[in-house]
Amino acid sequence: MSRLPGGGRIDRARPVRFTFNGTSYRGFAGDTLASALLANDVRVVGTSLTYARPRGIFSAGIEEPNAVVQIGQEPMLRATQVELVDGLDAIGLSGKGRVSAEPDTGHFDKVYAHCEVLVVGGGRAGLTAALAAGQSGDRVLLVDEQAELGGRLLSAGWDDWLSATISQLGSMPDVRLFTRSTAFGFYDQNLVLIAQRIADGGRLWQVRARQVVLATGAHERPLIFSNNDRPGVMLAGAARTYINRYGVAPGTRAVIFTNNDSTQAVPADLVRAGISVEAVVDVRAGEAIVDTRASSASPSGGGQGGGALHSVVIAPRTGDGPHREVECDLLCVSGGFNPAVHLFSQAQGRLRYDDGLACFVPDGSIPGVDVVGAASGDLGGRGQGAIMPYWVISGNGTDWSTHFVDLERDVTVADVRRATGAGMRSVEHVKRFTTIGTGSDQGKTAGINESAIVATQLGQPVGAVGVTTFRPPYVPVSFALMAGRNQGSLFDPIRTTSIHPWHVARGAVFENVGQWKRPWYYPRHDEDMDAAVLRECHAARENVAVMDASTLGKVEIKGPDALEFLNRMYTNAFDTLKVGFCRYGLMCKADGMVFDDGVVMHLGDDRWLATTTTGGAAAVLDWMEEWLQTEWPELRVHLTSVTDHWADVAVVGPRSREVVRTLFPQLALDPESFPFMAIREGETGGIPVRLHRITFSGELAYELWTPSWYGLALWEAVIAAGEPLGITPYGTQTMHVLRAEKGYIICGQETDGTVTPQDLGMGWIVSKKKAFVGQRSHRRSDTARSDRKQLVGLLPVDGDQLLPEGAQLVLQADRSSGVTMIGHVTSSYRSAALGRSFALAMVRSGRERFGSTIYAPLNGHVVAAVVTEPIFYDKENARRDS
Amino acid sequence: MGEPHPHPEHLWRNPEPRRAYDVVIVGAGGHGLATAYYLAKNHGITNVAVLERGWLAGGNMARNTTVIRSNYLWEESAAIYEHSLKLWEGLAAELDYDILFSQRGVLNLIHSLGDMREARRRVYANRLNGIDAEWLSTDEVKAFCPIVNVSPDVRYPVMGATLQRRGGIAKHDYVAWAFARKADEMGVDLIQNCEVTGFDLEGNRVVGVHTNRGLIAAGKVALCAAGHSTVLAEMVGLELPIQSHPLQALVSELLEPVLNCVVMSNAVHVYVSQAHKGELVMGAGIDPYNSYAQRGSPHVIEYQLAAALELFPIFKRVHALRTWAGIVDVAPDASPILGLTPIEHLFINCGWGTGGFKATPGAGWVYAHTIANGQPHALNAAFTLERFSSGALIDEHGAAAVAH
Amino acid sequence: MLIPCPWCGDREDVEFKYGGAAQITYPQDPDTIDDATWARYIFFRPNPKGRMAERWVHSAGCRRWFTLIRDTVTHEITPSADPGGQ
Repeated sequence: MSRLPGGGRIDRARPVRFTFNGTSYRGFAGDTLASALLANDVRVVGTSLTYARPRGIFSAGIEEPNAVVQIGQEPMLRATQVELVDGLDAIGLSGKGRVSAEPDTGHFDKVYAHCEVLVVGGGRAGLTAALAAGQSGDRVLLVDEQAELGGRLLSAGWDDWLSATISQLGSMPDVRLFTRSTAFGFYDQNLVLIAQRIADGGRLWQVRARQVVLATGAHERPLIFSNNDRPGVMLAGAARTYINRYGVAPGTRAVIFTNNDSTQAVPADLVRAGISVEAVVDVRAGEAIVDTRASSASPSGGGQGGGALHSVVIAPRTGDGPHREVECDLLCVSGGFNPAVHLFSQAQGRLRYDDGLACFVPDGSIPGVDVVGAASGDLGGRGQGAIMPYWVISGNGTDWSTHFVDLERDVTVADVRRATGAGMRSVEHVKRFTTIGTGSDQGKTAGINESAIVATQLGQPVGAVGVTTFRPPYVPVSFALMAGRNQGSLFDPIRTTSIHPWHVARGAVFENVGQWKRPWYYPRHDEDMDAAVLRECHAARENVAVMDASTLGKVEIKGPDALEFLNRMYTNAFDTLKVGFCRYGLMCKADGMVFDDGVVMHLGDDRWLATTTTGGAAAVLDWMEEWLQTEWPELRVHLTSVTDHWADVAVVGPRSREVVRTLFPQLALDPESFPFMAIREGETGGIPVRLHRITFSGELAYELWTPSWYGLALWEAVIAAGEPLGITPYGTQTMHVLRAEKGYIICGQETDGTVTPQDLGMGWIVSKKKAFVGQRSHRRSDTARSDRKQLVGLLPVDGDQLLPEGAQLVLQADRSSGVTMIGHVTSSYRSAALGRSFALAMVRSGRERFGSTIYAPLNGHVVAAVVTEPIFYDKENARRDS
Repeated sequence: MGEPHPHPEHLWRNPEPRRAYDVVIVGAGGHGLATAYYLAKNHGITNVAVLERGWLAGGNMARNTTVIRSNYLWEESAAIYEHSLKLWEGLAAELDYDILFSQRGVLNLIHSLGDMREARRRVYANRLNGIDAEWLSTDEVKAFCPIVNVSPDVRYPVMGATLQRRGGIAKHDYVAWAFARKADEMGVDLIQNCEVTGFDLEGNRVVGVHTNRGLIAAGKVALCAAGHSTVLAEMVGLELPIQSHPLQALVSELLEPVLNCVVMSNAVHVYVSQAHKGELVMGAGIDPYNSYAQRGSPHVIEYQLAAALELFPIFKRVHALRTWAGIVDVAPDASPILGLTPIEHLFINCGWGTGGFKATPGAGWVYAHTIANGQPHALNAAFTLERFSSGALIDEHGAAAVAH
Repeated sequence: MLIPCPWCGDREDVEFKYGGAAQITYPQDPDTIDDATWARYIFFRPNPKGRMAERWVHSAGCRRWFTLIRDTVTHEITPSADPGGQ
């Protein structure tokens, strides 16, 4: 065991059991998986991605490139970030994670917050900034990625200052402190995304802050030399952390390799932990480590074979001169520090290379953002002091294939040299060529070294080469965290009508129409859809049937200029529509293409109501508002969505009048008193009802509207009243068949954004007397062509054959490819009323082809169909008007 | 890295710009590099410069999700994308570069009756256009891609899918480098860090470009700048019906093989594949606003990952490693503009929106033809700028409602 | 982005729908203009790299359309002098 007898911030009273690669170990509460593994002398934690070289723990933080583990279903976690809990079961990975199909119990949530000051980082600079902000009375949020506040101080003997500061902050009511919370994304106008780790899950915080204080610290970077990847090579600061914070000796015999002053404090810590200091190699003093040798013996506890550090080769910095070998099992390296400028850079802050500090630092400021402490380039706390930039230290002559730049992606100096040798000059190219920085550690220990090596190769200053762009997230974040609860029924809201429970009880099969759940058909016993729909259609045509049409979009249009507004929005005019009557209306987009349709109802002098398609309701209201507010602000009109206010029960069929009469005995229902397209007010059993004689089936029909509150009651009243007649509920499939038999279009089915009213044979609804949206486009050369695709009917020659919707149509029967498509089937059904199949289609010059036969080449066969007018049933509208 | 090094020893020279070229291509993205390659190879025009403001292939070429397919609805689109796909099928050999082209199949999932109608329409049209297209039932979807969640309990259950088996992915960077290397080899000058700041005109004819590295004379100038097309066109007073939007994408960490094909969904808006090395590559819809910032709003990513988990609950604990955005150039009918301009000797290729990567070889091929001959090839004859006046649009919104 | 609704104050962009470039004038007399001029109105919009006058509608809020100035490179937003303008 390498656990020190005392010291550290672990809770020695709380032992914890865990397994790593199937072997059981013990650690303490307060350990990370990494510190516990070191305490158990597990030196080799995995093998590398490409070359399968043994790798050990390299750092003590989020920059860890080697110790990457799978825990349960979560791949690619850094052992240095995983808090040890009882029963933890981790498996070392070789740079690739796994997914499994087992159910996941994790919980993920989202929190939205606002504050005056958000402090990112709970080290000395962050805590100091939070204290100052808190004293001013601001709402302050401080987030830190670690399990404890303190950052670097946790490893540096600042316990008294820390506890005093944290307790002072804790006494401020408007200061909130979050640990285990990593700010990973900086978006426009100071929106910061924060991943908070909680037991078996997480919370995504989205914080808008007036001021963001970036106290994100700095990452130590390694030096590069031959075989610099062996287990036992560790960042110098990490070694101190394991000793001071976790009470673990990460080795027994150490060598220190440095180019800066920060390692001055290392020997004392090592000695205190019983680790001998075999050599201090300082490039500033003219020496360097040029190679390392591996142990052939199995490292204790690792069970992974040999490969751990056994000795280092020290030589004059120039490479010439005597070499000496020093045995050690721990090599503490420090190549200086990189300020953690990731978030600053995401916030669109510019960076500059500081020659004195040998790193990239923030260049100038961004409004609303402060950078403090090490992140700002103040490396005094890290003790970097005088630094001698020293990016590549040559080893065995010209072979660079064991000088590792990116440990996780197993990329060496040789790879970088290949990239520049091939002609690459941009560090972004080198990144893509070599994959440096694309590992799950996101190149935190590799990126600047890459730039420096490229600069060295090209003979340019490091600052001119620059760094690759920092993009969110700063640390990997799970899909589940970003998705939150928006899964399953919460992925998208489900809308149901007030009558929905009846449909469910009746065993309806539902169809998703936009967000709505609509009954598709109501199977009886073991009926399939075809049988159910034929039965439902038959009932509507021959008897009486009922449908829940409540999902239709509804927009109330009020104001003295409502009529003028409607005339501008719709292709047809409403001047002659009297109060108490309805009229079908069609609207186009500005490009002249059909957009939506519905029924416009004139309810009072300045009061109108327009229905829209179910799926188009929101878009139509938006479209109306846009024109009203931005083009015609002079019109005195108000628009209100009333889709959810009304339930709509459509009573359909030749015997519908009998059902309505039972419910509204006081109303005169004869065709003269209540003609087609008229509106009446009534009441049945205390339910207020507005009755409309409109039809989407071509049958005599009544749409009964009532406030949604009464919807189910009205529906049940209609069912009761119709029961003696055998009233039949029907769904959207039957609705489609009935309307298609009449040649009524469905916007979005017959139309696809490329179809004009004229194409649909609906020139009759396009006014020539007034201006409307889209009118001018109907005169464009292409929209005025006579050979455009036009709506037609199709009768398959074999009336038992059903054309698939979407089938393409051609003129020749004998070829299945290389032919000109002249159109496609938009709707196709079996008709109970016609006793055969039929279809609607958009066909080029279709109206000139009535009576001719065209063909649908399908999978291996061809269906012939005769082109007809797009109306199959009751052309005279005798049934509608009866 | 990994496998033996996949890249050749030499990719390109880094020449200083000469004072004059027969053709100057503005923009060294995939399309610009492919255009240069086909100008040299098919038309023998090698006195060509490709000018790049930044680093070559560093715009959308470096930012796309690499989906390749040709199953577009309209004949005009199908023809050009299918031409492109056929070029893809021979590209690694032709360019002598392993571009990791993998025809693993592209699934377009169906979640509603409306989707189904549109999908069948597209499948029937594809077949008549000679493009492979299959219809899969829900069970067949499960068999083809076992990790798709086909449970009826999800918000928008999978009702089937269309499948283009010849569709797939390629490694975007390698594609660009492969074209660049061959173009360079044939004498094309690839000039990076060279920003076009204006055009040299004689009357209504373009005769050169002003750059931050001086005036470069040109017999012909071919714009190929995707999201920056309008910025360039404005310099010569040319108006384009193009809007530039962010399109965000992301990758995960490396994973053992888990996803064997490309999966796209319209209603549950996301598209995802697993790249050669193991990372999941994923994208969704464009951010709605105009932007040149190469970044978007986080809620777009949140929605995209929620959609991904609806389809693939198995990805719940996978991590997003990097997110980014490209600047896509969107035309009103979601189709490209590729051809002549009202200015003599000035050519335009833009408007590919979210679909530009898959068109890379095809667009370069027809653009080179158009530049060399001074008139469009039959394959791009419909993709004129004039169509926005006549109204003869090629409306691919249905087919491209899901980006890529 | 944080969008300043002139009526509701600063709100997340997810609450809004985008309306593209502002100050696009509907042709005075569409019947007298040629196809090209009409097409220009329908299909062509400014796409500046830099400051852009654009319209948003607070669709999940007050449902009002308004105009603001946004930089398409920095996403910096400044209120329009005439937010209710078209």
